[in-house]
Amino acid sequence: MSLLEIEDLSLSIGKAPILRDVDLRLDAGEVLGLVGESGSGKSMTALTIMQLLPHAARATGRVTFDGIDILAAPEAAMNRLRGDDIGMVFQEPMTALNPLKTIGEQVAEGIRWHRGSNRADAEREARRMLDRVGLPEAQFPLSRYPHELSGGQRQRVVIAIACALRPKLLIADEPTTALDVVLQKQILELLQGLVREDRMGLLLISHDLAVVAEMADRVAIMRAGEVLDTGETARTLSEQRHPYTRQLAMASVHVPERPAHRPHGTAPLLELRGVTRDYPLRRRSLFGPAGTFRAVDGVSFTLAAGQSKALVGRSGCGKSTLARMILALDAPTAGEIVFEGQDLARLGTAGMKAARRHMQVVFQDPYGSFDPRHRVERLVAEPLHLAEKRPGRAEQRDMVAHALHEVGLSPSDMDKYPHEFSGGQRQRLSIARAIITRPKLIVADEPVSALDVSIRAQILDLFADLNRRLGLAYLFITHDLTVARAITDEVIVMHEGRFVEEGETAVVLERPRSDAAKALVAAAPDLSRAIAQRLAEAG
Amino acid sequence: MASYLAGRLASLLISLVVASIVIFLVIEVVPGDPAQFMLGLNAQPDTLAALRTQLGLDEPALIRYFTWIFGMLHGDFGISYTYRTPVSELVAQRIGVSAPLALLSLALTVIIGLPAGIIAAARRNSATDAAVMGATQLGIAVPNFWFAIMLVWIFAVILHWFPAGGFPGWNKGIWLGFKGLLLPSIALALPQAAILARVMRSSLLDTLGEDYIRTARAKGLPRAQALWKHAVRNALIPVLTIVGLQFSFLLAGGIIIENVFYLPGLGRLTFQGITQRDLITVKTVIMLLVFAVIFVNFLVEIAYVLVDPRLRRRA
Repeated sequence: MSLLEIEDLSLSIGKAPILRDVDLRLDAGEVLGLVGESGSGKSMTALTIMQLLPHAARATGRVTFDGIDILAAPEAAMNRLRGDDIGMVFQEPMTALNPLKTIGEQVAEGIRWHRGSNRADAEREARRMLDRVGLPEAQFPLSRYPHELSGGQRQRVVIAIACALRPKLLIADEPTTALDVVLQKQILELLQGLVREDRMGLLLISHDLAVVAEMADRVAIMRAGEVLDTGETARTLSEQRHPYTRQLAMASVHVPERPAHRPHGTAPLLELRGVTRDYPLRRRSLFGPAGTFRAVDGVSFTLAAGQSKALVGRSGCGKSTLARMILALDAPTAGEIVFEGQDLARLGTAGMKAARRHMQVVFQDPYGSFDPRHRVERLVAEPLHLAEKRPGRAEQRDMVAHALHEVGLSPSDMDKYPHEFSGGQRQRLSIARAIITRPKLIVADEPVSALDVSIRAQILDLFADLNRRLGLAYLFITHDLTVARAITDEVIVMHEGRFVEEGETAVVLERPRSDAAKALVAAAPDLSRAIAQRLAEAG
Repeated sequence: MASYLAGRLASLLISLVVASIVIFLVIEVVPGDPAQFMLGLNAQPDTLAALRTQLGLDEPALIRYFTWIFGMLHGDFGISYTYRTPVSELVAQRIGVSAPLALLSLALTVIIGLPAGIIAAARRNSATDAAVMGATQLGIAVPNFWFAIMLVWIFAVILHWFPAGGFPGWNKGIWLGFKGLLLPSIALALPQAAILARVMRSSLLDTLGEDYIRTARAKGLPRAQALWKHAVRNALIPVLTIVGLQFSFLLAGGIIIENVFYLPGLGRLTFQGITQRDLITVKTVIMLLVFAVIFVNFLVEIAYVLVDPRLRRRA
């Protein structure tokens, strides 16, 4: 009998059906990858196993863990299982820990609760576990608080909590989605090691086919609450017998068709010369000197009209600070940013208006960047206040209709509210808002990292298409090399505020020279590489 | 921590100085001559002038301001124009009523409000929740003097358990004094407890939706344990601010209740001071209240740092 068996599991919340006839099984020591796009029911399947569903949820079918009928188990029995025999790791490490309790307390708490051990014993056990997840005592004493740790370190604490009692089953729900690729690799390796050492079963939930291909022995592919395809990882992903599996695999390696950029030999659209940005640090004493932190350290580059460049680097490397300065939302401490031949720092109000009209921005989160109470017409028309002459009402509607048409939406969407659109459509809206002033440059900060793979492929196509038709230049800020590979001519690798490598995208990603670039390339999950490796291992 | 405390103290002092200047200036421009009031409308101009000199009213404003400030620093608040006794004695008597009243009301507010809010949040959408929410709605809508009248009617007039009003003084024994203050403090506390319960409920509901509560549940903690060990302390952070504001209100805002129960408190002293142009008393009482409010805020800020480790680094 398997460690975990799910048969004919159906779930509804209120009247909405969430899961339909889900069948899954997982053996001890095995890694099962559960893949699907948002809303496919992956997380709800996990929460059903944990019995941490919302109040109105009703589940039918059978979920058996280690011989225990989970759906029929009373709450007290579930409390004994959770954290002891079943551990769970969540997506967002920044908010997963209680900010008012030390990491030692939080790891020891589960041990004390389940084992009834005294504080000293539980803390000794917690210490051992934190050492195992790579948080040694010297830098990470038990008395540390979560806010003193980075995202990756916090995820290690969450993993320590989940694995402290050597559970038989570990559920990891998108454990690395909020982390950059280098951290992602570290956390995945940590999970792999723990699972192997303690012979845990791991249910790994992810939207990223490449991550699952690298980690899982078997995969199950979900869509709209159903398991469509399941089987051994290498076979399932290489043979791609189910059309949806094929569709997902194609989308995750999608590269839009795009003619190579031919430089015109004219003056660059954007030029940075020795741009530096210092932030003051908090004073250590009342009268001591205030230190500074150099977020961006003397960087220079040029971007030609119609060119597409990626700025890649790990989180905290200074790429977003640089983007803010290019958008004139922040001023450099030293150096110049020249846009269309003019130094941004010396522009007056009118000049700045013109500059802003010619450069627009697309952000990561299509949910957070719209006022939910405004209609699409008003949202998309927002940048028009930068126009030399504010268009009249009819003209404005025409312009909005045209912009919506350009991004593949219907002009009739103009009178809707943002909540009526899906995530991908909302990202189209933010692109429509960006192109309405006919800009020359678009700065896109992780524009597709919040999107599902198939939507993401469509948005990348849209970026490519607009680049070709409107001659837009792009600066893509990303930690995701597949985005850089898909859509840019050149790439700049940034590390600790400096540019450590620049060049043609294909060349840099194929043969990175600097350590930072090598680390990024090595850590980036790669679907075809992972499948090839698994097939080779299987012989 | 030490430099944080020093910084907070400095800001407290600056607030006090600014407040003292504002109070002094406002009292300056208020119409009405205290000497005229004391002597009546038919006073002779030379007696009036003599009294003005005696009270120091003919000095330049700047001198009077500093005399006032330095006096207060030495515990000398001047002589009341109407009562002809030192303001310090007057105020000390009244604080003996108002401060215990405020503290008692605050204690009741917290004892009633916090548990009510916690229970309502823990049993969200249940009958208990609905009952608590209905009661707090009523508590906020009904003015506190109505509660006061009802309390007097039930406990004093019908049951004879408590006096209907007046304050016997602390020298008659602590128990009698406490009995005299209990009904008024309940009347003061009920609307405040209703506000606090609602704030606590919504803060706790927000906290219960946080990811770290899910982490605690995934650890195996039952719902109640996750609530007590993880949610309540986090939920208290915004509630602290409200409690601080409520204490200030209870200290200064008891005037209607003091009148209903005929209590010799600061509120009535201020009210009489204003109507009789006893400006020196008014000035002093207002200054004291401002000091109390600023000091309570100072305490709340220190409490934040004690509760929240994220602020400790900045501290």
